[in-house]
Amino acid sequence: MASTQHSSTLGVFHLFLVAIWSAAASTDTAAQSMSPTNIFAPVSTPAKSIFGLSIFVLAVAAAIFVVVFALLTYSVVKFRKRANDDGREPPQVYGSNQVELAWTVIPVLIVVALFMATARVIADVQKTARPENAIEVIAIGHQFWWEYRYPALGVVTANELHVPVSDSTHPTPTLIKLLSADTDHSFWVPRLAGKTDLIPNHPNSMWIDPHQTGLYLGQCAQYCGTQHAKMLLRVYVQSRDEFDRWIQEQRRPAFASDAASRGQRIFETTACINCHTVAGTVADGRFGPDLTHLMSRDTIAAGATPNTPQNLRLWIRDPEAIKPGSLMPAMELNDQDLNALTAYLETLR
Amino acid sequence: MSTDAIALPRTELASRPFVDALHEWVTTVDHKRLGILYIVYALVFLVIGGFEAGVMRIQLVRPHNDFVSPQVFNRMFTMHGTTMIFFVAMPLVFGFANYLVPLMIGARDMAFPRLNAFSFWLTGFGGLLLYFSLVGANGLYGGGNAPDVGWFAYAPLTSRTFSVGHSTDFWTLGLLVSGFGSIGTAINILTTILCLRCPGMSLGKMPLLVWLNFVMSGMVVLAVSPLTAAQLMLLVDRYLGGHFFDTQAGGSAVIWMHFFWIFGHPEVYVLVIPAFAFASEIIPVFSRKAIFGYPVMVAATICIGFIGMSVWAHHMFTVGLSSNANTFFVLSTMAIAVPTGIKIFNWLATMWGGKIEFKTPMLFCVGFLFQFLIAGLTGIMLSAAPFDWQLGNSYFVVAHFHYVIVGGILFTVFAAFYYWFPKMTGRMCDETLGKLHFWLFLIGFHLTFDFMHIPGLLGMPRRIYTYEPGRGWDIWNLIVTIGVFFQALGTLVFVANLLWSYFKGKAAGNDPWDAWTLEWSTNSPPPAYNFATIPTVKSRRPLWDLKHPDDPDWKYE
Repeated sequence: MASTQHSSTLGVFHLFLVAIWSAAASTDTAAQSMSPTNIFAPVSTPAKSIFGLSIFVLAVAAAIFVVVFALLTYSVVKFRKRANDDGREPPQVYGSNQVELAWTVIPVLIVVALFMATARVIADVQKTARPENAIEVIAIGHQFWWEYRYPALGVVTANELHVPVSDSTHPTPTLIKLLSADTDHSFWVPRLAGKTDLIPNHPNSMWIDPHQTGLYLGQCAQYCGTQHAKMLLRVYVQSRDEFDRWIQEQRRPAFASDAASRGQRIFETTACINCHTVAGTVADGRFGPDLTHLMSRDTIAAGATPNTPQNLRLWIRDPEAIKPGSLMPAMELNDQDLNALTAYLETLR
Repeated sequence: MSTDAIALPRTELASRPFVDALHEWVTTVDHKRLGILYIVYALVFLVIGGFEAGVMRIQLVRPHNDFVSPQVFNRMFTMHGTTMIFFVAMPLVFGFANYLVPLMIGARDMAFPRLNAFSFWLTGFGGLLLYFSLVGANGLYGGGNAPDVGWFAYAPLTSRTFSVGHSTDFWTLGLLVSGFGSIGTAINILTTILCLRCPGMSLGKMPLLVWLNFVMSGMVVLAVSPLTAAQLMLLVDRYLGGHFFDTQAGGSAVIWMHFFWIFGHPEVYVLVIPAFAFASEIIPVFSRKAIFGYPVMVAATICIGFIGMSVWAHHMFTVGLSSNANTFFVLSTMAIAVPTGIKIFNWLATMWGGKIEFKTPMLFCVGFLFQFLIAGLTGIMLSAAPFDWQLGNSYFVVAHFHYVIVGGILFTVFAAFYYWFPKMTGRMCDETLGKLHFWLFLIGFHLTFDFMHIPGLLGMPRRIYTYEPGRGWDIWNLIVTIGVFFQALGTLVFVANLLWSYFKGKAAGNDPWDAWTLEWSTNSPPPAYNFATIPTVKSRRPLWDLKHPDDPDWKYE
């Protein structure tokens, strides 16, 4: 008996979710056009589970709001002191146990319903076993940029995460291990999943399985220092072919032409190499982003500005102009050296 | 019951030297004067904290604005949060508790008057220490820095690696010092309530305000102690080579979060329970009815006190706790909605069948009821951990807790000002200016904090000094900033009203609101000894009994 009741409650909950789902599908484009980071336009299972729960919670809250708001408004209007008041005190009522019991038990029931729905989604998202053929990525938060390592694929990159699309016939979820090199950060791409913090000495993980290709935006959601605001997240969800091609390209060693050799010499004889890696050269610093395939990225400075030659040159000359408080120092090079260095970086495809 | 003050001959000189008056205020141990000192001190910091909020809102009015640098913005939100919680809200709460509790229980002063003064001055110096960082944080050569680690100062951002100079030390020491002040005052309030009640006032006959301040003080002792301990640990880390929070040496950043939030969440109740206390006194008087369900209100408050100590990790749903831990804190957090809901229903039932008179204090209380309803409902949304994975640390959270602190607490504090100002000064506040203040502040509040929820839902995290265009956040941020100016204007009217009424307001008399608790039985302002004869009470509303000898409360309680 108890189990039948249980399943029928869940059945109602499911029906409710399905109804919301179909309603949401029609407003999906509207939600997307409102903002590229709208939490109500999910494209990945964790974000969708949260979306379902949030609609349920919102509906309950709205119902409570309507009832209590109406009662409050009614009593404030109805029981105001009239102009023709007789000046006598109204009847004094000290309380009523029946009424108190009613407005204790009803909220308790509502809380139980909300709690059960919530506990289910927590289990769905947090207790899911590591899926087969998941892509594993290690995301490391730095002040104020993201390092991404694909240990099984031998790829290291920064700030722009590439993952394959996952469909129901060929699920290819991505498991992200979250580490921090310095302070606390938080990985938040609202359309893919809720946020999870990156805390030094406290490894975390999360997973996503985006169902649509495209670029998904987000940003660091835990205050991490001066440039917390420009620690932006970009997740490129690609078809399996495109993703494999991208992996192949990232695995190639850096390409260096003769024309850039002067720039390369400058790069390798200044402080650049203390912080940056270019695979296959002497540059093996890990404090800043890996630059081996810098030109394959759309943006620089953790998404703060587009990756154009002008911006790259400005970034080397005066990082403060783009991202004040960033840990990249101004390199104090003369114009010729600056041009040569920029030219070299532009060969890192 | 003889509660008239003894009429002393007027011996005061027409013009007392300023230094004498100042000396009296600095050395006072009178609970009423200390209460007023707390309140004035809080009002000064309210203006400073409001100014800091204004700087932030101007910076965020449009994307890629450059009104202030990221460094300045980060200091502004750190100072705004720290100031508003520790040096505005806490002193306001303690100020009113100090002033009202002895008067309401028929006592002549607090249990420990000298501890009371000591606690006030500790809190006072705490605030000065925090703001001294502006000149002293980089050393004493003038180029100072306010702290920029955020008001919950997560490790390891506060370690010497990431926070050079002394700005974090000023933050730590300021809170450490004022924390001892808070604990001192809390112990004082607890002792006063337990030991100094007038004859006839059993625990069950105390005014609700006294009960709620009792629970609040108990929570202060339990909640401020871990914060103080954590501050000491942080100092040990920074100067004595400790590794409590030093993640590079095996310390734990998460431990700091636990220490901070086991203070931080009870702190919300420390602030909101006195707000409930004001509402529980003011709503009955202006509805002309006894509070509905007094025993249930007391029980609900104690319930909130206990459950409130076990919900802290709902601030940490995104930290990566186990799913079992998350589930526990979802349950405890949702459970607290029940006693809180009971309170709202009891206030509603108190108004039901009454004759509600919309004087300024009542207007603010009605605003509080509607706004606290919404704050509670957004709180339920945040308590559902998966929903919080999206909403946590976004502008939705910022909107939610400002709904509690401004829409709930500040509104009832304004109500308390208008309600007890006549008792404190002997003069009425101007009603027209009061209503103007209410409407300006109401409009400003809703423009700012209603619309602040939306960018949070659209993915805008808090504590960012600027944002990218094209995220759909621009228009909402513009509206939010416009609202701030209405709030500032409202506050200006409020301060003008207080000043004008202090000098020119019409005489209040002992009992301007025809109220029922003991503070209205003595003079306005009350003499230093409060009551010429210690009163004796028979019910929760001694002045009702006095005014209605044919139909006294004690027949029904």
